[in-house]
Amino acid sequence: MRFTRFRRLRSVLALAAVPLLGTGLFVPQAHAQDGPTVLRVALVQEIDHLNPFTASFASSTMVGRFAWEFLTLPSAEDATPTGGLAESWSASEDKLTWTFRIRDGVRWSDREPVTAHDAAFTFNRIMTDPKAAEANGSYVTNFARVTAPDDRTLVIETEEPQASMTALDVPIVPEHVWSGIRDMAAPETDSIEVVGVGSGPFLITEYRRNEVVRMKANPDYWRGRAEIDELQFVKFENADAAVNALRNGEIDFVNRLTQAQFDTLRGEPNIATNQASGRRYRELLMNPGARNSAGQPIGDGHPALRDVRVRRAIAKAIDPETLVEKVLGGYGELPGGLVPPIYADHHYTPPADKKYTFDLAAANRELDAAGYRRGPDGVRAGPDGRKLRFRLTARASEDYGLRATDYIAGWLDRAGIEVVKNLVSDNEVDETTSSGHYDLALSGWGTNPDPDYILAKQTCAALPATSGSSSSNAFFCDRTYDRLYQRQATELDPRRRAELVRQAQARYYEQVPSLVLGYDNVLEAWRSDRFSDFTEQPEGRGQIMEQTGYWGFYGARPADAATGADVGLPAGAWVAIGAGALLLLAGGGTVLARRRTPAEDRE
Amino acid sequence: MTTSVDTAGPAGAGTRRAGTSTLRFLAGKVGAAAVSLAFVVVLGFLLFRMIPGDPVATMTRDRPTSPEQLARLRERLGVDEPMVRQFLDYAGGLLRGDLGTSYIYNRPVSAMIGERLWPTILLVGTATLLAAALGLWLGVRAAWRRGSTFDRAQTGIALTLWSVPQFWLGLLLLTATQGLFPSRGMRSPDIPPDLLGQALDVAHHLVLPCVTLLAVTYAQYMLVMRSSLLEEMGAEYLTTARAKGLRDDLVRARHAVPNALLPTVTLVFLQFGMVVSGTVTVETVFSWPGLGLLTYEALRGPDLPLLQGLFVVLAGAVILMNLVAEVLYRVLDPRVRAS
Repeated sequence: MRFTRFRRLRSVLALAAVPLLGTGLFVPQAHAQDGPTVLRVALVQEIDHLNPFTASFASSTMVGRFAWEFLTLPSAEDATPTGGLAESWSASEDKLTWTFRIRDGVRWSDREPVTAHDAAFTFNRIMTDPKAAEANGSYVTNFARVTAPDDRTLVIETEEPQASMTALDVPIVPEHVWSGIRDMAAPETDSIEVVGVGSGPFLITEYRRNEVVRMKANPDYWRGRAEIDELQFVKFENADAAVNALRNGEIDFVNRLTQAQFDTLRGEPNIATNQASGRRYRELLMNPGARNSAGQPIGDGHPALRDVRVRRAIAKAIDPETLVEKVLGGYGELPGGLVPPIYADHHYTPPADKKYTFDLAAANRELDAAGYRRGPDGVRAGPDGRKLRFRLTARASEDYGLRATDYIAGWLDRAGIEVVKNLVSDNEVDETTSSGHYDLALSGWGTNPDPDYILAKQTCAALPATSGSSSSNAFFCDRTYDRLYQRQATELDPRRRAELVRQAQARYYEQVPSLVLGYDNVLEAWRSDRFSDFTEQPEGRGQIMEQTGYWGFYGARPADAATGADVGLPAGAWVAIGAGALLLLAGGGTVLARRRTPAEDRE
Repeated sequence: MTTSVDTAGPAGAGTRRAGTSTLRFLAGKVGAAAVSLAFVVVLGFLLFRMIPGDPVATMTRDRPTSPEQLARLRERLGVDEPMVRQFLDYAGGLLRGDLGTSYIYNRPVSAMIGERLWPTILLVGTATLLAAALGLWLGVRAAWRRGSTFDRAQTGIALTLWSVPQFWLGLLLLTATQGLFPSRGMRSPDIPPDLLGQALDVAHHLVLPCVTLLAVTYAQYMLVMRSSLLEEMGAEYLTTARAKGLRDDLVRARHAVPNALLPTVTLVFLQFGMVVSGTVTVETVFSWPGLGLLTYEALRGPDLPLLQGLFVVLAGAVILMNLVAEVLYRVLDPRVRAS
């Protein structure tokens, strides 16, 4: 009876140690040497849905790109539109009716043929069912009617002419699978029975939430079967852990690397790296007087920033070259317009006489001339007497935010402008910038091969109806810009359209509601001893993962020397060692306590 | 007999009265716990609405979105409804056992928490059990030989590990073990087909997060055990035990330790409640699919229904464990019962 409590505790501990002991004794079978070629990719962002109608996160849409073919998609070579399910397309004289010719002989993975009816179903569902419009609703806002007169002809009629009709980033789904689904937002729509039927280069075979998405090569893919057999997206919450896993050979590919991670991986044996031109631009927002769509002022921006002369002077007081060199560590490109140089046709490079060249003396001169005189403390004040004292909002979570604000504050100080740094959480940056509660703010956006969306964000139409969430990026509203935007949106000739796109950016650059500071490189790394021949988009300078297409992993091949053997993971043996270590820690007490009790010690 | 460890209740005439007082005691404690939980519900609702951030902006960031889409999304999430209305919906749902629907994943919060609960319990349970065992054992040894090299070295090591940030230790272990253990998750992408293989796979994944958690938490058990044993060591009943001719080991094991164990047992339960919510960093470093990781993901949105649900569940765990500890203390220690 006595001391039973302590004894019980001891036996509990001993019991706890049993499974660990067991762990040490068994060693799982070694991985098959000639098994399928599996490309394991680290995913550092969550997946919200696999259902392409509701999948919003970048990683979710990336998975969707492999599973379902598009009508047309940006090519691997130069990101200009190329045929997917559609082998050809044409617009009517009045530019309002588009006819797509659907490729013959393409099949869904359940052997049903892919027809124009599937495409018509997909678009009609998005147009009529609000839940189905959650992810891709923006592509059909201008659609009047979508029909399929026969299996191989898809006709889309639009309300207004639309130049971006060859850039519909909407995965086409099988009608026979999806037409029976009533509630497009139901969790069941993420199940393999539904999302497993595809037409892309890889098919979804397993989805374990926040663990892994497994895809196998589609044997009937119309471009030909991929060289690798399986593609696994493995979830990592921590990027450093992913880098570590790449080194150990646990995974084969990792992207979204930081400079420091990239630099350490660069010299490693069996690891190849890709420093690619990126699709994102970084910018310094300068609140030009935020308004809502009714023209009423919102937010609390500094009134001096409504003066374009002040904004231009600030643009001249900032040196993007230093920011790219010192803050981005050289992993970036120098700025021009909103569209990054990766999309060469649409990128705007300001001519020498229009360019904001870093020149503090010129900035000071222009502010003097505009009537912003320096006070006794060196800080300028406007004609209304209000000091040029600007908040600079940036993300505290980002190295860029921390360091770039130092540089910018230093430069502006020399131009007689006081900067109050406001480093806050990502969410707070989003909230303050979208509600107009900022003076200066560091921000940025990802762009697409078709420039329509990023240009549309700068139009008066994007201003918010009410305060709060806004589609407008910088609260820019300018008639000249809007006219240029409208013309490019309806111009179907690619060359003439590109010219208008550059003109619209030139107007934005001149009015400078935000100053583009540079374009980050995309940093990626992979196991070169296991895989090679990843396709970059665009060719020779672009990224491999998270493309606007499926080329990157579709083109991958097993490296010549690859054996298919797992690197450094004789799992069972290490289970035993780990368990042994734990056992040593925990079991020590138990073992000692079990010493024999001599008879004479009984009370 | 030196200690009254007999847990069977007092016999005879006193039973009825003791039963009533136990009932009253229990009712009081459960009532207090329920009030705390109600506060947690209100606080959780208000607290997360003060986090800056717009879930709609997070969900649509970097993708082409039309104003109609934004409006529909705001309507579906109900973010524009008046606060009072939102709270009443939320509280009403809670009463029906409905924690709401996640903004981002559009799934019932209770299902999401349910599937993440077991990985956390596995990780925290194993680590707490091992940490308590290790801490108790080292604490007893250190106290018994107070001031010795063993005592000073072990106390030093424990305190050093206790002050180490969890994520840093985790990353350090990841790098140091050079791929001997998986860097992420609870299972391999390819799950072995047989049950034994699966268990081994999970055990293999468990090692690093468990060691990290163990290393930073065992110190408190050790120190509490050490100090409470030191207190007992001056007690006269130990002299009696020694006078009876018992070996030193037995004096410690049978007489001193059982009495010194009480505060530590309480601590284990209190900690178990806290540790469930305290694993955010470890789960994030090792991508362990538990509640801590879910909290971290929910904060990014912010996914308010998910955060509220997690807050209620995590705070509920602490409240429940407090309750268990209080009741258990009464069962374990007759002195508490008598007073």
